[in-house]
Amino acid sequence: MSSTVESLVNKEYKYGFVTDIESDVAPKGLNEDIVRLISMKKQEPAWLLEWRLKALRGWQKMSEPHHWPNITYTPVDYQSISYYSAPRTKTPLGSIDDVDPKLLDAYTKLGIPLREQKLLAGVAVDAIFDSVSVGTTYKAKLAEQGIIFCSFGEAVREHPELVQKYLGSVVPLSDNFFAALNAAVFSDGSFVYVPKGVKCPMDLSTYFRINTAETGQFERTLIIADEGASVSYLEGCTAPKRDENQLHAAVVELVALEGATIKYSTVQNWYAGDEEGRGGIFNFVTKRGKAAANAKISWTQVETGSAITWKYPSVLLQGDNSVGEFYSVAVVNGRQQADTGTKMIHMGKNTRSTIVSKGISAGRGQNSYRGQVKVLPKAEGARNYTQCDSMLIGNRCGAHTFPYIEVQNSSSSTEHEASTSKIGEDQIFYLKQRGLNTENAISIIVNGFCKEVFKELPMEFAVEAQKLLGVSLEGSVG
Amino acid sequence: MLEIKGLRATAGDTEILKGIDLTVRAGEVHAVMGPNGSGKSTLAQVLAGHPAYQVTGGSVLYQGRDLLELEPEERAQAGVFLAFQYPVEIPGVTNAYFLRAAYNEIRKSHGLEEVDSMDFLDILEDKLKLVEWEPEIMSRAVNAGFSGGEKKRNEILQMAVLEPKLAILDETDSGLDIDALRIVASGVNKLRRPDSATIVVTHYQRLLNYIVPDYVHVLSNGRIVKSGGKELALELEARGYEWLEEAVGVAS
Ligand SMILES: Nc1ncnc2c1ncn2[C@@H]1O[C@H](COP(=O)(O)OP(=O)(O)OP(=O)(O)O)[C@@H](O)[C@H]1O
Ligand SMILES: [Mg+2]
Repeated sequence: MSSTVESLVNKEYKYGFVTDIESDVAPKGLNEDIVRLISMKKQEPAWLLEWRLKALRGWQKMSEPHHWPNITYTPVDYQSISYYSAPRTKTPLGSIDDVDPKLLDAYTKLGIPLREQKLLAGVAVDAIFDSVSVGTTYKAKLAEQGIIFCSFGEAVREHPELVQKYLGSVVPLSDNFFAALNAAVFSDGSFVYVPKGVKCPMDLSTYFRINTAETGQFERTLIIADEGASVSYLEGCTAPKRDENQLHAAVVELVALEGATIKYSTVQNWYAGDEEGRGGIFNFVTKRGKAAANAKISWTQVETGSAITWKYPSVLLQGDNSVGEFYSVAVVNGRQQADTGTKMIHMGKNTRSTIVSKGISAGRGQNSYRGQVKVLPKAEGARNYTQCDSMLIGNRCGAHTFPYIEVQNSSSSTEHEASTSKIGEDQIFYLKQRGLNTENAISIIVNGFCKEVFKELPMEFAVEAQKLLGVSLEGSVG
Repeated sequence: MLEIKGLRATAGDTEILKGIDLTVRAGEVHAVMGPNGSGKSTLAQVLAGHPAYQVTGGSVLYQGRDLLELEPEERAQAGVFLAFQYPVEIPGVTNAYFLRAAYNEIRKSHGLEEVDSMDFLDILEDKLKLVEWEPEIMSRAVNAGFSGGEKKRNEILQMAVLEPKLAILDETDSGLDIDALRIVASGVNKLRRPDSATIVVTHYQRLLNYIVPDYVHVLSNGRIVKSGGKELALELEARGYEWLEEAVGVAS
């Protein structure tokens, strides 16, 4: 590939601004006192503090994963990070009307007007700024149907029985290094409960924003769809441009009870660092769902940001006839590294899973798909279909796939397809010959490549994702 | 409309075009023939601006502008259309979406408003008739899984929609069955305008029965070794290329 297919990145990161707002920032470092401080700031019950401390003690015995994932990063100095940052505002946060105009302004710049009247119809938003939730829209309307959609902190205060019952029930506090860290220091996040038989009438969404320097973001999301309930949840994220790496270690737990459906969509656009690989978010995230009989959990992710992405949204297919899906687009450009994929654990009879992964590598990016399909002895008639496609733009990037398939039941079937293609000069030239410029050409080719995933996204999000893909690949071809 | 003078081009270290002179006026049809590997496609690709080729000498004026200065998409926007010998597949992108994007991009470059998908369907309807095709083809991914003949027909459909000023058809007749050949040829004929011109690259006199050329040129080893009227094609059909190559002493 010659000159043309070598340089479209490096467009300014649009969300790289910093909001000048005073914040309450905890002293740097991690120890029991800090955990106690966080818990106290959040006025948490004793059981939760105990849970956090237990996680901390577990975490202290664990070590950062450096060997098995296909990523290289300098070890994080956990004592130089501040684990709590909250914008200092005059009124308590929670209600949109009371939110500091500077914060509303920050979200408007991000394209997320929080004032309900300005919201795109049909999406309720919980906005997380650094460590705390700044407001949840449409709360009252949802409450009419018994749907709880609030910040995690509020859920702990208002619905402790639900939180206590389900917290850590899908991702145990000692699950892995980053999940344990999160359990110890998580500051806020979103909480959703959809009662029996209720179909949530609008998409719920969280918007994560890291603002303060030298802080980490450790949010926790817990979504419970009771029997026969259904909900579609969207998650978006951005962060300012900074020269240092910032850590984002989130945990998402989904509980789909019998016959329930949870659809979880992410568009991740954390700051990716500059061309030399300076700065950018370390995105170490644990996402997992547990599906009871006849339940369905569907993950859709479009990952274009972060210096490092390490995440494997998974489904435990516990109940008979449960369904798990994973649709993913991961883009790396510049010096980005992604090691992402999924785990589908078939436990119940006739459980089905579908995995569609599209990895796009440009610049000097390294993209790895890591997937595990496990069929346990009792999973009679389980079926999995995996499709794993990689696309390379230029000659200096890499694509890798690590599929692990473990079948312990002979009546099950698994199917794996993989392909690697290269955006060719000829493809781009063909489109240019029809009047399209290089950027449009790439965007059309790449969007075509990702089509199977984009069609799983809610409409508004799909449009956003397509634009994002265009932006993050700009400059990857000259 | 098109004035090529002393055009030389290389791919890497190999010189492929070794001094081409060719003048095409509005309203004319020129046929370019010649043995495999003589440089016909290279000429077409160089005119369209393919980055794999470096122009090392000569000039190309198109409608009074220096064509070689323009980006490929600017050439397309200025009305240069290349029907590819090997059309490219674009998985996941529908023919309709692609063609509308191209159509709108060209319109925008002329300061015209974009058309929405409904209006575009109307435009498409006529053009589909021209190539005797059903609309279903528009919801398939561009050329993906198309048969050889379908790909060629798709090129002509695109040409019909984009209405170029200078169309270069690179072996559009290769791989077509008799019916498809007739359809493609009559499509091309219907698109002929007094202010547009066509360059047809072909190996077969047969196509020239349908698309009657004003001039026939024979390319050999990167040079035009003979030009003539449409009867030259018949002579080539009967005698092959060897006598020409011998006559001009081309080393191959
Ligand atoms: N990108 C390239 N790199 C290297 N060599 C090339 C390239 N393109 C063309 N060539 C060489 O240049 C010569 C002319 O090729 P070209 O495709 O123009 O021939 P053609 O006249 O169109 O032949 P055909 O009738 O077979 O289509 C051939 O020897 C070919 O191998
Ligand atoms: Mg050729």
